[in-house]
Amino acid sequence: MSELASEPSSAALSRTWIEHRPTGQGVRLEPTPSQTVGPFFGYALPFPGGPDLAPAGHPDTVTVHGYVYDGAGNPLPDAILDFWQAAPDGSRTGTPGSLRVDASNGELLGRDGVRFTGFGRVATTGDGHWALHTLPPAADAPYIAVGVFARGLLHHLYTRIYLPDAPDDALLSGLTPERRSTLRAREDATAAAGRAYRFDIRIQGDESEETVFLDFA
Amino acid sequence: MVTQQEIDKEIAELAGRVTPGGHPPRLYPPYRSSILRSPRQPLTLVTDPDAIELWTPVFGTGDVTELDADLTVRHSGEPIGERITVTGRVTDRDGRPVRNQLVEIWQANAAGRYVHRREQHPAPLDPNFTGAGRALTDANGDYRFTTIKPGPYPWGNHVNAWRPAHIHFSLFGTAFTQRLVTQMYFPGDPLFAYDPIFQAVTDPAAQQRLIAVYDHDRSVPEFSLGFRFDIVLDGPSATYFEEDHQ
Repeated sequence: MSELASEPSSAALSRTWIEHRPTGQGVRLEPTPSQTVGPFFGYALPFPGGPDLAPAGHPDTVTVHGYVYDGAGNPLPDAILDFWQAAPDGSRTGTPGSLRVDASNGELLGRDGVRFTGFGRVATTGDGHWALHTLPPAADAPYIAVGVFARGLLHHLYTRIYLPDAPDDALLSGLTPERRSTLRAREDATAAAGRAYRFDIRIQGDESEETVFLDFA
Repeated sequence: MVTQQEIDKEIAELAGRVTPGGHPPRLYPPYRSSILRSPRQPLTLVTDPDAIELWTPVFGTGDVTELDADLTVRHSGEPIGERITVTGRVTDRDGRPVRNQLVEIWQANAAGRYVHRREQHPAPLDPNFTGAGRALTDANGDYRFTTIKPGPYPWGNHVNAWRPAHIHFSLFGTAFTQRLVTQMYFPGDPLFAYDPIFQAVTDPAAQQRLIAVYDHDRSVPEFSLGFRFDIVLDGPSATYFEEDHQ
């Protein structure tokens, strides 16, 4: 069915890298198609503490924030972003505890302020703004992976946020400077508190404007 | 606003196209909101085998309890509507189960009304129904929700636009690249032909994969009608997986 290829250098668990190659044996199942998240996810998907990936009061906390725009330059009041990143120690395995449910009443409690789960989620407000509070990702996976969902978007989009001091990796090196700049957050001295970076997501635009979105084939 | 007839014509021109994985094109003009909310630049291929996207967020029993999968017991009374049980298996394209992973759903009530302030449809809210639920898949990748059948509802895409009854699903796989948000529909809905969101999946075979199957064996006697909705997550041609050490 499938062949073993290389072991990932940073594998933390007993995980194995499998590369699928057509062998003529076995039938791959056809996937379930994507559909838009629609406008009414607000009472279902966001959770308390969704934007607060960094453990409470952690001194290395950074704020990454920005707007989501459409092709006419209008902000999206009904987008929702998933964030996923390596922990500062390079761990990629994530930790449970992003949602935490109160077993007595079913309400979500949000994070415990101790664990770094690697996963965050933020819905844009009416002005299209979002803000994430996190720890800088590890040097060997120096970016925050983003999933973009919105009314009108029939299939979500992936992009990455690189902080200004993150090294150019394989993805960045392969882009023109113009396209690369759409993946670089920039320092935001105007933010009210702490280290802050601005990262806007433009779903549609010309080469210099539209955010680079990713295909993992 | 354009008429249903004009939308029907646009749908017909695009119908039958086969797309990778059966996914809808991000630009599908009959769904008007997609016109400004779809990229124009080609996507950038990532082939880094160490990409964080090949790993996935994890959720545990502290995040989700079994009660979170029953949408009919959240309030002091019973919600109005046809009680249904929706079950299915989440797998990757090789049929490997996606274990212990988060499944989130949300939906309108039996009258076609969402608990959302921006919802303008003048149908009644149900004080006993919110319409959001969560579950973790089990060791076989199976999930199970108890809810009520949602109603169809009008929306503003064109004159006389109605959404077929559906339940929104959000899924995680064994890699972040397998993330899926989709909608589950009910068999035989007369609104399929008129709905540009459903029709954005242009391949008829792929459309069938969005429609739950009525399964009498999964109906619970004297309690609920059973629907089966198996979900196959798409993803990169290579993924990590947990080895079984038995």
